[in-house]
Formats: sequence, C-alpha cells, structure tokens
Amino acid sequence: MEAALPLQRSRFTARRLVHALLILAALAFLAVFLLLPLAAVFVEALRKGLGTYVAAVVHPEAIAAIKLTLLVAAIAVPLNTVFGVAAAWAMTRFDFRGKAVLGAIIDLPFSVSPVVSGLIYVLLFGAQGWFGPWLQEHDIKLIFAVPGLVLATIFVTLPFVARELIPLMQSQGSDEEEAARVLGASGWQIFFRVTLPNIRWALLYGVLLCNARAMGEFGAVSVVSGHIRGLTNTLPLHVEILYNDYNYAGAFAVASLLAFLALVTLGLKTFLEWRYGTELAARAGRGH
Amino acid sequence: MARRVLPGFGLSLGFVLTWLGLIVLLPLAALALKASGIGFGGLWTMVTTPAVLAALKLSFGAAVLSAVINAIAGLLVAWVLVRYSFPGRRFFDALVDLPFALPTAVAGIALTALYAPKGWIGALLAPLGIKVAFTPLGVLIAMVFVGFPFVVRTLQPVLESLDRDIEEAATSLGASRWQTFTRVLFPLLLPALLTGFALALARAVGEYGSVIFIAGNIPMKSEILPLVIVKQLEQFKYADAAAVGIVMLALSFLLLLAISLLQRWSRRWAER
Repeated sequence: MEAALPLQRSRFTARRLVHALLILAALAFLAVFLLLPLAAVFVEALRKGLGTYVAAVVHPEAIAAIKLTLLVAAIAVPLNTVFGVAAAWAMTRFDFRGKAVLGAIIDLPFSVSPVVSGLIYVLLFGAQGWFGPWLQEHDIKLIFAVPGLVLATIFVTLPFVARELIPLMQSQGSDEEEAARVLGASGWQIFFRVTLPNIRWALLYGVLLCNARAMGEFGAVSVVSGHIRGLTNTLPLHVEILYNDYNYAGAFAVASLLAFLALVTLGLKTFLEWRYGTELAARAGRGH
Repeated sequence: MARRVLPGFGLSLGFVLTWLGLIVLLPLAALALKASGIGFGGLWTMVTTPAVLAALKLSFGAAVLSAVINAIAGLLVAWVLVRYSFPGRRFFDALVDLPFALPTAVAGIALTALYAPKGWIGALLAPLGIKVAFTPLGVLIAMVFVGFPFVVRTLQPVLESLDRDIEEAATSLGASRWQTFTRVLFPLLLPALLTGFALALARAVGEYGSVIFIAGNIPMKSEILPLVIVKQLEQFKYADAAAVGIVMLALSFLLLLAISLLQRWSRRWAER
C-alpha cells in the first residue's frame, strides 16, 4: 500500500462520520418510536406502587379476562395451525388451477381492517344477520358471546402459519417425500416422519406469531364482544374498559401482562431465528 | 412427468377450501350483499356525508403519509442493521418487530401516555405549540408505529443478498457514494421498498386499536374510518356500516393494485 494521501484520509474520516450519523439517526428513531412506548407501559403500570399493580392483576374481572384470552387462543391457534399445514401441503406439493387466487385469498385477512373483520360476523350471525333469526329460534348466541370472539380471532390470525410454511416448503421441494412414497410409506407416515421434522421450527415460528396476534387482537373482537364484564372481555378489551374508567394504573398494569407476552414472543422469535435460521429459510418478503 | 405422486391432495385442498369458504368468503359475501342493499345511490350519499368523508380523508391521508415516513425511516434502519456493526445491533434488530408483537390496545394507551400534554414527549412538544395527542398528528404517530416493521423486514433480505461487486464497480468507475446509492442501489431496492410501503399502508388504513386512544376521536377532525363503522354498529345501522366497510375494502384494494403495478414497472426499470 502506498502512503495514504491527506485527501484520502480526510475522505476516509468523512465516511466514518457519515456512518456514525446514520447509525445514530436510526437508533434515535428506534428509541423514540419503539423503546419509549414499551418503557411507558411498565413505568405507568408501577406508578401507583406495587400494591395497586397486584390488585389490578388479580382482580376477578382481570382473571376472567386472562382465562377468556387463553381459551380463545387455545381454540383459534390449533385450528389455524392445521389450516396452515394443509394449505402449505396443497399449495406446494401439487399443481392445480387457481393456485394464485387461492394464495391471494389466504392472505386476504391481512388487508382487511380488524373492525371490518368483526363486522362481517355481526352481519352473518348478529340479531339482524343472515342466520340471526334461525339462531335466535334455536336459542344459540354467537355474537356478543364467546363463539363470536373465537370466529373473529380465527379470521384475523388465519394467514400466519400458512405464510411461514408455504415459502419454506416451496424451497425445500418434495424429493424427500416422493422418495419415502416410493419406499412404501403411507401418507401420514410421510407427513410425520419426513415433512414435519423438516418444517418443525418454521411451524413453531408461525404458531408463535399466530398466538401473539390471537391473544392481542383488539379491533375485531371489540366489535363482536359486546363488552360484557367478566363474560366476553378478553385482556385487550379489559385494558380499554379500565382506561375508559380513568383507572390508568389498572389499565397499564393489565397492559403490562400483554407487553410481557410480547417480549416473550420477541425473545423466542429471535432465538429461533438465531438458532434455526437456515431451517426457517425463505424469509424474503415476509410481512404481516 | 408423474404429477400427484404424493397423497393427500383431496384431503388438504378440500379442507382448505371449506375453511376459507366458511371463515373468509361467506362472511365477506354477507358484507357485500348487505352493502348492495342500499344501492349505488345510497352508497354515494352515505360516503359523501361530511362526517364519513372527513374520516375517509383522514384515514387514507394519514395512512399514506405514515407509509411514506416508514419507507424513509425503514430504509435507513434496514441499511444500518445490515451494513454496519455496532454494539446492541441484535437487540435493535429484534426490537423492530415490537409493533407486530405488542397488542394494539397496549400500544394505543402507551402512545397516548407519551404524547399527552403531560407525557414524556408531549411535555417537550407543548412549549413549541405542537399538540400530538387528540389531534390528527396523533393518528399519524400511531400509524407510523404499527406500520414500521413492514419496510425494514421486506428490505433486509434484499439488502443482504445484494452483490457488493456492483457497488465496487460503480465506485471504481468514479461514482461517488451518493451516486452509487441513488443510481445503482436504489433502483435495485425499489421493488422491495414498494412492497413494504404497500404492506405498511394496508395495515395503517385499517388500524383501530392503537389509533383510537391517541386520536381523541373528535368528529370531523380526528375520527378515523374504522371508528365510523363502530359508531354505526352501536346505533344498529348495519347497512350503513356495511357500506362504509365495503368502500374501505374497495379503496384499499385499488391502492394495493396501483402499488403492484408500480412495482412491476420498477422491476422492469431495475432490470433494464
């Protein structure tokens, strides 16, 4: 190397300066827009002391909301997991007409407003809906009741698992499964012994994101819930009720539970990406 | 060529179609039918009532602006995360997904606490005469929050796969860093940038939970379109709610279609 000319050296330090400024600008944006809101949740939750915090979290209505949130997720997430696996199997292992249309319909719930997602079920099963009269005759209540919450949650979380699996299974191809078939394995044997081990981490990843949305969904469940305390209030709806009652400490205390869930989700997600990055492959173009 | 070597075609596709039919298509058909009940004339009168029109402008205007902000900030953050190494990079990379993981109601009350006149940020802005909470600016802030991860996450894989040789070639041909970025890199990034923009936009237009707390929901001023639907439902005006819902869906799809056309054009431009 020749001795660096002063001009080159100054250009080099100028570039370092630009790098530092860009990093600083990016981190400032992340800190103000993401880190501060997260910190605010925990600070506001503990503002009135630990006693108030604990009281808000163990309040019977909060406990009922926690149970309901777990119940809704426990129904919606497994159903959409089965759907996601079936959709990925059909979309990546076979050729058929209208595949692109099917893919677009699977993604559709992502581009529908949560409020509209709730509205469509009210129009279908509400008192004035298509099936309203029939349901009333048979004394079945779907809207302003738990089944409505489950349906709306299934709708908004429908694409998560399928979205993770389709690009992965596409890029993996079906050679291994076809080999197993030739060797005489049955369909379920192929699935459990060949496919599932290949996609397990991506499947877990999809389930994780699906669950986070299922437990945190607000708009869609808000429309179908009817906000009956202790009966149809999920955790996010309970946060809203406390907040609108000017019980800020209580609202943030319950919100901190959901924020904690979000942090656990992010931690697990980061771990999966770090440990099993290659097995999650085909990440390009992911978005929710 | 032996197609359908593997079993399970009928079972998986049958289940998928049934599920989509029941969960997605049937309810959306109910929406379309309910909205068509009031006819095109009724739809037009509904949408052009001042309150609905104001909400329509606010929802789409703020969403487009938030997506533009997110495209710029997202490009910066993705660039910094992929190209530079600095302490805490992995932490900040993980943090980008926070808006996906944090329930919207939680984000909503947290942003309101921050930007209220006595909040951490609101108190700093108040002396400057800037009000964020309970104004359209608050709507914008909430939309920036929920849409932020989309641009970063669509750009990152593209940035990682870019061949550094292209940049070096441009530099050795005498291009400055800035010229290399605007003339060489940007056209290559544009399709992914547009995808991220579209996803952020679609999310922001429909966003409800994080917006309604900070917006203050003053009719004609800071009321978003999804809230108009909720209010109509509370008054049992189902046909009106369906009409606003279908208009909202149609406008989002038109916007997404326009962006995908733009994307196709930009891809051709990049390949030229």
